[in-house]
Amino acid sequence: MSESVITQEMKDAIGVESEPVVNDVEKGAIIKFAQAIGDESPVFNDEDAARQTKYGGLIAPPTFLRSMRLGEARVTVTSPYPANLDGGSEWEYFEPVRPGDRITVTQYLADVNERQGRLGNMLIMVRETKYVNQFGKVAALQRSTGISYKPTE
Amino acid sequence: MAEQIYFEDLEEGSEIPTLRKDPTTQQLVKYAGASGDYYQIHYDKGFALNNNLPDVILHGALKNAFLGQLMTDFAGLEGELKKLSVQYRAMDVPGTPVFGKGTVKKKYVQDGENFVECEIWLETHEGKTTTPGYGIAILPNRE
Repeated sequence: MSESVITQEMKDAIGVESEPVVNDVEKGAIIKFAQAIGDESPVFNDEDAARQTKYGGLIAPPTFLRSMRLGEARVTVTSPYPANLDGGSEWEYFEPVRPGDRITVTQYLADVNERQGRLGNMLIMVRETKYVNQFGKVAALQRSTGISYKPTE
Repeated sequence: MAEQIYFEDLEEGSEIPTLRKDPTTQQLVKYAGASGDYYQIHYDKGFALNNNLPDVILHGALKNAFLGQLMTDFAGLEGELKKLSVQYRAMDVPGTPVFGKGTVKKKYVQDGENFVECEIWLETHEGKTTTPGYGIAILPNRE
């Protein structure tokens, strides 16, 4: 077992939220996103058809929030390893996201751990991103896992 | 869009309808533009090869979107997606189809809502699972 690469700085960064950033949700951006992922559902593409559904209008596809801008981290955490992998995401949804919404995005480091895997020692950082709408309601929470490691030649 | 599925129609082990996607390099460029993720491994082949990749590869987030569509298509216009979890275990390349699949693991009623928990995954045309995960949806009752 190699020495731990988890520093006190990383531990201190846990729970510290990034600067909040407000993202305006544009109808065109939602439709463009739906087209890019190839999802033809009327609720994501067609205002008139979406009005006939229980949503009463266009809403964003579940992973649209991923395209939102994040603010500066108040504490920057850097991995000693140069190679990065996106390990995955876990989403929880509470409110639909609609054109005209103003979504405030904040993110914080939720957990840091290490694991021996096929890539050698891997540093795993779990970040939680919170998307809150203009009514103060949490629209969604996202937990994403970032993996960094030292590439072998 | 398929017909609405109802809570009563499902049991543990039920398969959810397969979603076929045919990602192309053009789709990766469109996704880069729509999402703002301009990492070159997704559209610059030379850059990808220099990074020891076999080709440009699909954005993990695009695969996340495919599995989101698998679940929202399944839940239908009257259903609702509550949770979506995906793990990127292996890379996918454009030019060959990928398939979103799933089975119902559990169904239960909680606070008057009908929850359906599904094991979901994305697999290649050769049947290799690259992106496992799970999804939880709320489904309506048949009147």
